[in-house]
This record gives sequence, structure tokens and C-alpha cells, in this order.
Amino acid sequence: MMSDLMFARSQMAMSLAFHIVFAVVGIGMPALMVIAEWRWLRTRDPVLLELAKRWAKGTAILFAVGAVSGTVLSFELGLLWPTFMEHAGAVIGMPFSLEGFAFFTEAIFLGIYLYAWKRIPPRAHLAAGVVVAVSGALSGAFVVCANAWMNAPAGFDMVDGVVTNVDPLAAMFNRAAQAQIVHMTLAAFAATGFAVAGIHALALWRGTPHRAFHRAALQIALTIGLPTALLQPLSGDWSARDVAARQPVKLAAMEGHLKTGPAAFVIGGWPNEATLEHRGAVEIPGALSFLLHGDPTAVVPGVDSVPPEDRPPLGIVHVAFQIMVACGSMMAALSLFGVWRWWQRRRGRGVALPDDRRFLLAIIGAAPMGFIALEAGWTVTEVGRQPWIVQDILRTADAVTPVPGLGVTFALFTALYIGLAIAVVFLLWRQILKTGITPTPIDRTGELPIPSMLSGASAVPHRSDAQT
Amino acid sequence: MSDPTQLTWTLPHVVAGVMVLSLNAYVLLGGADFGGGVWDLFARGKDRDQQRALIAEAIGPIWEANHVWLILVVVLLFTCFPKAFAHLATELHVPITIMLVGVVLRGSAFTFRTYDSQKDAVQRRWGRIFSVASLLTPIILGVCVGAVAGGTVPMRARQAFTEMPFRERFIDPWFASPFPWAVGLLTLMLFAFLAASYLTVEAPDDSLRDIFRRRAVQSQLALVVTATVTLVLGSANDPLLFEGLTKGKAALAMHGVTALAAATSLWALSVRRFQLARLAAAAQASFILWGWAWTQFPWLLPPDRTITSLAAPRITLQLTLGALAIGTAILLPSFLYLFRVFKSGETAFEQD
Repeated sequence: MMSDLMFARSQMAMSLAFHIVFAVVGIGMPALMVIAEWRWLRTRDPVLLELAKRWAKGTAILFAVGAVSGTVLSFELGLLWPTFMEHAGAVIGMPFSLEGFAFFTEAIFLGIYLYAWKRIPPRAHLAAGVVVAVSGALSGAFVVCANAWMNAPAGFDMVDGVVTNVDPLAAMFNRAAQAQIVHMTLAAFAATGFAVAGIHALALWRGTPHRAFHRAALQIALTIGLPTALLQPLSGDWSARDVAARQPVKLAAMEGHLKTGPAAFVIGGWPNEATLEHRGAVEIPGALSFLLHGDPTAVVPGVDSVPPEDRPPLGIVHVAFQIMVACGSMMAALSLFGVWRWWQRRRGRGVALPDDRRFLLAIIGAAPMGFIALEAGWTVTEVGRQPWIVQDILRTADAVTPVPGLGVTFALFTALYIGLAIAVVFLLWRQILKTGITPTPIDRTGELPIPSMLSGASAVPHRSDAQT
Repeated sequence: MSDPTQLTWTLPHVVAGVMVLSLNAYVLLGGADFGGGVWDLFARGKDRDQQRALIAEAIGPIWEANHVWLILVVVLLFTCFPKAFAHLATELHVPITIMLVGVVLRGSAFTFRTYDSQKDAVQRRWGRIFSVASLLTPIILGVCVGAVAGGTVPMRARQAFTEMPFRERFIDPWFASPFPWAVGLLTLMLFAFLAASYLTVEAPDDSLRDIFRRRAVQSQLALVVTATVTLVLGSANDPLLFEGLTKGKAALAMHGVTALAAATSLWALSVRRFQLARLAAAAQASFILWGWAWTQFPWLLPPDRTITSLAAPRITLQLTLGALAIGTAILLPSFLYLFRVFKSGETAFEQD
């Protein structure tokens, strides 16, 4: 029988795991559609306009789901963790207000972007798209600020269980914020870029009458995905050093470094929480010490540096961390390869990336990796902080609501989210993928419920299709 | 300590005022979207598809933006009145959860219906979910407001709470008394009335316009009846609230302008001056909302917690208001731009 605390944690984890997908898409997709539109304005290639519109439509569906799941989250903070909010609200509420405004701006200009193709001049329309992209990235950064504060609490004093000397600015600009924002923003672009690239690579690989369309799409998606996936390991290294300095136990759990001493790099394995021994792991002695301090014999605090009741669940954190690193490394390696081939191609050798079938296959395989890494990384930062909701200040068990029977709301929200997830997949498949891959006319934007767009879009000739 | 009922404006009151303002925007914009969903449910007759199309078109471009007003209220509540937020989220856990389910289903169903091209059974199912959720969600939203206003979820010592059985603590305060439900119905009527009034302006032809004109009049009458019932229930249930509803010249003035707005709306509808009717409807809704705020002042959680006593530290309020000012400086022009682009009858920009 699960306790109410476990139900509350599960519901929060599920809500965040669900929302984060749509939040990330809300950051990544606008960049893609803006690049497509910008290139359309420069080249007047109708395929690019079609692409911008298709992507905008997908963005709208996913943004709407993200908006409602975000609304739910803002309430859930109180429904599940009232004691946390009672203490944290005054300290860290401000980034949430700012996020509200950023989100607001994103919603307004997404509305303009979607429905005003023919109502405003092209440059104004492109500018609206840029506002969507920038405010999307900003709103993500503000929320991560608040999360970082839970890892590196700042801007208040706790005296006898009462929060005093509140300094919301110090709380917002806490020490974990920078590294986390960079890591999360790169993750958003890399995950979205790879997922979108994978979809269009699949169309190209299977053969499509709309090669020009999918080629353009793949190129733009790779323009976003490859560089960010290349940078992500550097950002990850920064994050790891940061966590090592602030939350040594979290780092130890991530790396599977169970006993204080020189730290090995532990690959795989499942830690035994009682004996603090690994089963089935491959170890590279001294490697972690070297990564952190440049010295293979440097002493790194292990999980055993705190009593058992202050340790996070070791297995989940270690495995999630390894999944994230593995996905991130494969994406970075693929990016390196892609960038190399692209550079070669510019010097007149080899084939273009969209014509390289092995590369297409690799991109198809890597399509879900960004999102897998994202969920795994989120698991690392949240489960790795346990048993604290605010590191070393407030325990999760002390923050949970006294409302009994949380299993019921957990079941309710699980059903709701599963239903939503199925609906989203079904809708995207029916609206975007199906019309994109099957040989329906490329100009079939007739299904868009936007009267003003119909005439313009369908009048476009298929010049670029004829080229292929 | 000075008399807490005395009108002395302080930082917490300014934030509370901003919250009511934001709620006002939510009622006028998001409320009308809910109301549109209600009329979608009750679309009858030969031209019901046209009615539904009109509603969808009116909601379409701006619904996502509208929803954020509610988030702003929630964020301001937990940033500037964290104790009140924690308290309400705990004691009203059940109705808030129900409301959230409604919000999720409604918002998603609308998007899915809008973007689902084929006119088939799947689409009608989305439409049904959308309209039923549009009907239920405002009622529960109103129930939550009514429970707060009626003072049925007061703050007590922690000890008193832990000794209460589940039903008495988490169900009865909002479920068992008629007043919260009256406010719930009032909210629904208000939203439906707003939507009908707006749609008279946005209807493309006279036959549709007449349908929504009739609905505006009907829902206005229902609104007046519900409001009266709510007033009577409020006075019977809660002397404090009744005192607020009737005390002083300001309360009477508030009732006066609300009645005037209602009369103006009915007159404007009867002489087919729809722009004026829309304006009067918005004014009426705003007066009702501010009337509630005025009634409850200075209490944030009636009967015994004031806005000031539950406020966060001064620095938080100052910074939040600063953020609000900056945000407004960006948002207001954006909103004006949005409305200018979509709600003006100007000829569309023609691309070359």
C-alpha cells in the first residue's frame, strides 16, 4: 500500500514529466518555424512557407496542451505541497510571476503568428514569431530559476521554522540557476531538433513525393539540433561540477560513488542501499576524481557521508543519470559526425546529409533520445534531491498536504494524462504526419480552420516539388 | 492597532486590487469563452452548426491568452499571500481538483476539435466534452469563490483541523451549504450572459444575431434572479457578508451602477444597439466582481483574516509589483496589438 506522500510525489512527478515535454516543445518549435519563415522571406521558396505553417500548427496543438497542463501545475503546487508553498511562496514566487508574463507574451504572439498570416505585413509576422521564440525560452528559464532554488536555497533565513529576511532577488539568482538554465535550454533545443529531424528523416528514408519539403525541414531541424547537442556535454560537465560543490550527496548518488574516497567512474550497475556495494558495474578507477578535480586520487564525498535517512533513492538516480549521459553522448557523437559531413560537403566532397541513408537511419534512431535524456535528467535532479524538497531546509515528507486519499486524485490525473497523451499522439499523427508522409497534395492547408489562410496557401504552385 | 475595517491603502491592498483586476480580465475574456462553450452545448435548430462555428471563431484566436489571467491570480496569491494560498489549496482541495479536470478537458477538447479536420463522430465527441466541461467548470469556480466569500473555510489553529473528520473538513464547507452553489450558478449565468452579449456583435448575419440577442436577454433575466437569490442566501447565512453587501453609501452605489448596467444592457438589446449592449454587459460583470471584492474588504479569508495580516514580507510585495509594472508595460501594447489585429473590422492586409 502506497502512502499519501508517495501518491503525492507520483502525481507531481507524472504532471511534471508530462508538462516538461510540452514546455520544451514550446521552447524549441518556435525557433524552427521562425527559421523556416525567415528563409522563406529570403528565398520565396513556397515549400518553406508551407513548412512554417505546418510547424506552427503543430506548435499550437502542443502549446495548448502545455498551457493547460501548466495551469494544473500552478494549482498542484498548493494542492500537493501547501507547506512548501507557504514557506517558499514569498521567497521564490517572483520568477513565477515573471514566467507568467513571458508565457502570456508567448501565447499572445503565437495567436498572432497562427492567425494573422494575411493580416499583417510579412516582417511583422516574422517578428511575432521571434517574440514567441524568445518569450518561450525566457519562460523556461524563469521556471528553472525556481527549481534551482530548491537545489541551492538562498535569499532567506529560517529561524524556528519561520522564514525571515526574505530577499527574492538573491533567491532568484541562486547559485544553481545559471548552470541549470543553460543545461535545460540546450536540452530543449536539442530534444526538439532531434525529434523533428527524426520525423522528417523517416519520411525521406521511406521515400516521399515531397522530398523538397522534408529536406528543407530536416536541414532546419538539424541546424537547431546538432550544435546544441554538441554543446550539451560541456554544459553537463559544468552542471556536474556545480552539483559536486553544492549537493555532494546528489552527485555521489548520480555517479554511484557510494563510499567517500578517490572516486571511480561507475558505468552501469545497481547500488545496494544497505551494504553500499555495486552489483554489475564497470569501474574506471580515479576517473571521477580526475573529472572533478584534475587529480585521480582526490577524495570525493560518497553517499556514506550522510546518514541513511538523508540519502536519495540510489538506484533510480544512478540509472537515470546514466541513461541521460548515454543518450546525450550518442546525440553528441551523431552531431559531431553530422557537422563533419556537412563541412566536407561544403568543400565539395561526399553527399548532403539528407541524401545519406545511413545518416538518415541514425537520425531516425536518435529521434526520441533527446526526450528520453530530458525525462531522465529531470528524474536525476528531482529524485536526487530527496528526501529534501528544499535542500537541507525542508523535507518532502513535511511539505505534503494533510488531505487524505491522495490515491484517488493520483488515479484521476493518471487517467486524464494518459487520455491526453493518446489524444495528442492521435491528433499529431492524423494532422501532421499523415498528411506529410502520404502523397496528399502539399498545399492541403485546407484543413486549417483559418479562413484567411486558405486562399494564400493553396494558391502556391509546387515549384520546388517539381525540382526533385 | 487601528480598526482593520478602516480604509487605509497599503501595499498588500494594492496587490489584492491587482488580483481582482486580473480576475476581472479573466471573467470578461476567459468567462466569455466558458459561456461560449455553454451556448455550444445548447445550440439548437437548423442553424446550430453555424452557431457553433461562430462560437468557435470568436474563441479561436485568443483563448490561449485568456487562460493566463487565472494563472496570474494563482501566482500572485502564492507569492504575496502564501499562507492564504496554502490554506485554500488544502481546505478546497476537492473542488479545485474538480475544476482543474474541467479546465484540462475543456481546453484540450477545444484545441482537438478545432484542429481536427474531418467532420466526423470523433469531432462531435470533442465538441461534447468541450461544452459539458464549459458548463461545469464555471460552477465549481464559483463554488470556490462562494466558499471563501461566505466564510466557510476560515483559518483555524492546526490542532482544530487535525481533529476534524474528512467530510466535515474537506467536503461540507463548500458542498453542504447553498450559498457557494448559488455563487456557482451566478458565475455560470454571468459567463453565459457575457458570451451571448459578445456574440450579438460578432454574428455575421441577422438571424444568428437574433438568436444570441434572445439568449442574452434570457440569461440576463436568469442572472438577475440568481443574483437576488445569492443576496438573500448571503444575508441569511452570513451576517458579516450581508453587512458588507448593504453597508454604507459605497455598497448602495455599487448596487446602483450594477442595476444601471443591467438595465442599459436590456434596453440596448431591445433597440438592437449591440456594441452598447456588449459594453454594458462587460460593465455589469465587472461591477458584480468589484462588488464582491468591496463586500469582502478588508478580509482576505473571512471572517477573521485580513489582507494585511496574511501578506508576504514587504520586499516581496514591492518586487512583485515592480515585476507587474514591467510585465504590464510589455503586455498591454501586445494585447492592444492582438485585439487590433483580430477584432477590428479593418480590411485584411494583402500580401503581394
